[in-house]
Amino acid sequence: MTYFKKLALAASIATALSSSAMAADMTIGFSQIGSESGWRAAETSVTKQQAEKRGITLKFADAQQKQENQIKAIRGFIAQGVDAILVAPVVATGWDDVLTEAKEAKIPVILLDRGVDASQDLYLTSVASDQVKEGKVAGDWLVGAVKDKDCKVVELQGTVGSTPAINRKKGFEEAIAGHNNISIVRSQTGDFTRSKGKEVMEGFLKAENGGKGICAVYAHNDDMAVGAIQAIKDAGLKPGTDILVVSIDGVPDIFAAMVAGEANATVELTPNMAGPALDALAAYKKDGTVPPKFIITESKLYTPADNPQGEYDARKGLGY
Amino acid sequence: MNRLAFGRLVNTQTVALVGVLLLNWLLFPGFFKIEWQDGRLFGSLIDVLNRGAPVAILAIGMTAVIATKGVDLSVGAVMAMAGAVAATLVVAGYPTALAIVAALAVGLLCGLWNGILVALLDIQPIIATLVLMVAGRGIAQLITEGSIVTFSDPALIFIGTGSLFGFPMPVVIAFTLLVLVTLAVRKTAIGLFIEAVGVNRSAATLAGIRSRLLLIVVYALSGLCAAIAGLIVTADIHGADANNAGLWLELDAILAAVIGGTSLLGGRFSIAMSVVGALIIQAMNTGILVSGFPPEFNLVVKAGMITLILVIQSPFSSQFMNWLGRRNRGAAR
Repeated sequence: MTYFKKLALAASIATALSSSAMAADMTIGFSQIGSESGWRAAETSVTKQQAEKRGITLKFADAQQKQENQIKAIRGFIAQGVDAILVAPVVATGWDDVLTEAKEAKIPVILLDRGVDASQDLYLTSVASDQVKEGKVAGDWLVGAVKDKDCKVVELQGTVGSTPAINRKKGFEEAIAGHNNISIVRSQTGDFTRSKGKEVMEGFLKAENGGKGICAVYAHNDDMAVGAIQAIKDAGLKPGTDILVVSIDGVPDIFAAMVAGEANATVELTPNMAGPALDALAAYKKDGTVPPKFIITESKLYTPADNPQGEYDARKGLGY
Repeated sequence: MNRLAFGRLVNTQTVALVGVLLLNWLLFPGFFKIEWQDGRLFGSLIDVLNRGAPVAILAIGMTAVIATKGVDLSVGAVMAMAGAVAATLVVAGYPTALAIVAALAVGLLCGLWNGILVALLDIQPIIATLVLMVAGRGIAQLITEGSIVTFSDPALIFIGTGSLFGFPMPVVIAFTLLVLVTLAVRKTAIGLFIEAVGVNRSAATLAGIRSRLLLIVVYALSGLCAAIAGLIVTADIHGADANNAGLWLELDAILAAVIGGTSLLGGRFSIAMSVVGALIIQAMNTGILVSGFPPEFNLVVKAGMITLILVIQSPFSSQFMNWLGRRNRGAAR
C-alpha cells in the first residue's frame, strides 16, 4: 500500500513539475528529412520561425534523406532530455523501436507532414495536409472556372507510385466526376520537376493539335506547372488565357507567374506544419489536453484575386 | 566512294533510330510534322533533337572516357554544379559571359580532378568518379541553398531556348561539339591514342603514348561536356534546380554510348554513333509522351526497346545472322 502511495506521490510531483514548465523555456528537437525540395527548405525555416515566436529553443537535425540519421537524431534528443520531438519521417516503416524509447522517456513525439506505420499511441499527434483534398480543391476550381464549356484537361502527374501523385490525381478526378464537359485527355508523369514538366507539356502540345485542343493543364505541383507554362509560351500560346493552369503547393514562382497572368490557381500546401503542432503541444503541456491523432492543415486556394505579389514577397525569403 | 560513305551510315544504330521514329509515327501520325513558327522549327522531331541534346553532349565526353576503359559517373552532378554556379552568378548581378565561363571552368576543374584521381593516383574510374557523383550534387545544393535559383537573364536563357537558323540552340551546340570532337579524334592521332590506352594502357605507355596526360585530357573533356549540358538544362527552365538537374543522366549517357556500339572494355568507340544512341533514347521518351501510354508503362516500354536493341547488337545475334546467311547460301546451291 505504502509503495503505491509513494508511486502516486512521485507521479503527482512529476506532473506538477512538467506542468509548471512554461512553454517559454521548452527545448524541442526537430528531425527534418533533409532538403530535397524547396518546400522542405521552407518548412524548415517556418518551423524555426514558429519556435522562435513562442520562445522555444529548437534543436535542429538534418537527416540527409536517411532514416538511420533520423533515428540517431531522435535518440540524441532523448539523451539530451528535450521536452518534445518533432519528426518529419522520411519513410513510413521502422519507427516502432525509437518511438517506444521516446515514449518510455515520456517525451511526446509529433509527426510533421508525413505519417508512419506504427501504433498510434507511440506519438502525440501528426500534422499533415490532406492530399486528396488538395486535388479536389484544384478540381473544384476548374469546375467553377469553365462552367458549362467543354474542357479537355491534360494532367502532369508526380512521380509514378508516390503517395502525393496518387492522392492528388484521385482528388482531382473526384471533383470533376459528374461534370461530363470536363475530361482528362492526357496524363503523364513529370516527376515533380520543372524540366520534366516542360518536356511532357511539349509532347502534349504536339499531340493535341499544337495545343489548340487543350483547355487546361492540371499539374500535381507548381514546379511542373512553371515548366508547362514555358512550354505553352514556346508553342506560341498564352498560358493563363489560352490554356488555364492550375497546380498545387503554392511556391513563390507560381505566384510570380500569377502576377504575370500566366497561372490561374494554386492550392497551398502550407509549410507551416509546426505552428499547429506547437499549439497542440503547448495545450498538452499546460493541462494535459490530448490533441486529435490527426491534425489536418488547410488546403487554401489562391487565385490572381488573392494578391499574388504580396504572397510572392511573403514566401520569397523562406528558402523555397 | 559515295556508296561507301552511304553504306557506313546504314548500321544497327541508325536502323534502330529510324525504327523507333517509325514506331512513333505509327502511334502518333503527326510525329513527322514540322512547322515554321516564330522564326524557328516546331514539331515532335525537333523535340527529339532538342531534348536529346543534353544527353548527346554528355555522351560525346562519356564515349571518349569509356574508350579509355574508364567511366565517368559524375557528369550528372557536374551538370547540377555548373547550372548552380551560372544561375547564382547572374542572379548576383555578374555579367552573363562571366557566369558562363565560370560554369565551364567548374566543369573543367571537376574533369581535371577525376582525371588526376584516375591517371595519377591510379584509382579505378568507377570509384574515382563516384566521389564527385555523390559530393557534386551536395555542393550544388550548397550553392543554391536547396532552392531553385530562378533568373531572367536573356543571354543565359538563349542557350537553352533560343534558336539559330531555325534550330534550337541546344541542337546547334551539340552538333558543333560533335563535329569538333569528331574532327579532333579522327583527323589527328588522338583517337588512335585513346583506343591504344583503352586496349592496353601499359603497352600504350611503353609504345611512347603519354597515357597519363591523355587520360586527364579525356576526363577534362567529359567534365566540360557535362558543364555545357548543365548550362543548357538550367537555361531551359530559367532556373538552377540542384536537386534534379542531370539526375541519373550519367546512366543515360553510358547507355547512349553502349547503344552506339562503344565497348565498355575500351578501345572501340564512335562518337557519332553515341549521339545517335542518345537520340534513340530521346525518341523513345518523346514517343511515349505523344503516344498517350499511361505513365506506369514508361519504364517497361523503354526497358523492352533497349533490350531489343542490345540483343540485336550482341555478338551472338551477329553470329546467328552469319550462320543464317551461310545456311541460305547453302540451300540455294
